[in-house]
Amino acid sequence: MLIIVDYDAGNLRSVLRACEHVGIDARISADPADVLGADRLIFPGVGSAESAVDTLRTRGLDEAIKGFFETGKPMLGICLGSQIVLDYSAEGARDCLGLVPGVVQKFDLADKALKVPHIGWNEVDFVKPHPLLKRVSSGDEFYFVHSYYTVPASTNDVYGTTDYGQQFCSMLGRDNLFATQFHLEKSGEKGLSILAEFGQWDGCV
Amino acid sequence: MGWVCLAMLSKRIIACLDVREGKLAKSVKFVNTRDIGDPVARAKEYYEDGLDELVFYDITASSDKRDIMLDVVESVAEQVYIPFSVGGGIRNVADANKLLWAGAEKINVNSAAVQRPALIKECAFAIGSQNVVLSIDILKVPVSAALPSGYEVVINGGRTPTGLDALAWALQGEALGAGELVVNSIDADGTKQGYEINLTRMIAEAVAIPVIASGGAGKPEHLLEVLTEGKADAALVASMLHFGEYTVSGLKQWLHQQGVKVRLKY
Repeated sequence: MLIIVDYDAGNLRSVLRACEHVGIDARISADPADVLGADRLIFPGVGSAESAVDTLRTRGLDEAIKGFFETGKPMLGICLGSQIVLDYSAEGARDCLGLVPGVVQKFDLADKALKVPHIGWNEVDFVKPHPLLKRVSSGDEFYFVHSYYTVPASTNDVYGTTDYGQQFCSMLGRDNLFATQFHLEKSGEKGLSILAEFGQWDGCV
Repeated sequence: MGWVCLAMLSKRIIACLDVREGKLAKSVKFVNTRDIGDPVARAKEYYEDGLDELVFYDITASSDKRDIMLDVVESVAEQVYIPFSVGGGIRNVADANKLLWAGAEKINVNSAAVQRPALIKECAFAIGSQNVVLSIDILKVPVSAALPSGYEVVINGGRTPTGLDALAWALQGEALGAGELVVNSIDADGTKQGYEINLTRMIAEAVAIPVIASGGAGKPEHLLEVLTEGKADAALVASMLHFGEYTVSGLKQWLHQQGVKVRLKY
């Protein structure tokens, strides 16, 4: 069973619906035991890193997610879920899960005509191939809504970048973890194809 | 330096669907609305043709029939995987949450926010600014001390003047936490003579949040005009699509040929 982690961050139902649409059997849960026993894991997220991280800790989900990562089973982070896997977020100055070395920073764009949050459809340039990206191509557009962005410490963990006044990491991954800054559940058929591939993925790159 | 911006965000084409008691309607200056079909089927058709986003306005008059809209939202969310917002009848955070739970990405407030501006703040706090869209219905008026921009906010579907200056209200809405603005010209709405370019540009230049132009679209040139000269981040279209004169993919192809960055691969 695929578990969508419930940490009071955003509209979990839209991710659940998207899973059902592409034929993945999924369930929403806030129970650490469900997380540890899952076959695959998605942590979606809209909202702030500080409240997300605090809720994860309160519910004991932080240790459960770390434990799940150790098993090597496939996991997918979306939007805020791609940020909390790093070591630290400047949003609320929170220590995060530390599954991928790096930090989360706020956009500070020189071009003041560019609006923050970065809302809308933008291109993702692929850095290298990944099993989840079989049915999408470099330059395809996805739907973004965010004010903070990920900065993995190693370029080895960067799978895609996007240009918004500066280049930032919009897809990252390490071992059995893959994560997108964009909302793949709101990015039309291209986004759904990444989710569908995740449903088939064995966690190996 | 215009070419530098080509590497940036795509301009969004947003289809607006007015829904009355679960059926699609299109207003002409907000009177004589008539039913022209199933909003869910339309939404899906436009989605499959490359639409970027949807807006639903629930124009159901009686509040006891409002739950019909929740069913529409649920059905759309099961079939359409792009962002969509829903407006009409949202008076508090509980109303907003019902729509988000049903599957809307964002909520859209209008008259109720004018009558009680704290609504914007409450919604932004509860569901995040990025999910709160403020729609403003606007009429052109003579410039006066009370209305220095020459544009006045009107409510209740354009029937009631408020004495509020449109530019001042846009800025106040942003300060209260709105994440996006829909600038809807009542003068232009339904005329098919083009968006109100001056109004759109005035507000887009004044605020730091995305501006969605609304009202008056009749041909592709109008979209081009408002997305360039009008400085809008997105263009709302309705009857151009609903009556089958144009398609989403056709409009986007044409805009692309004119040098506007739009999402073409979907």
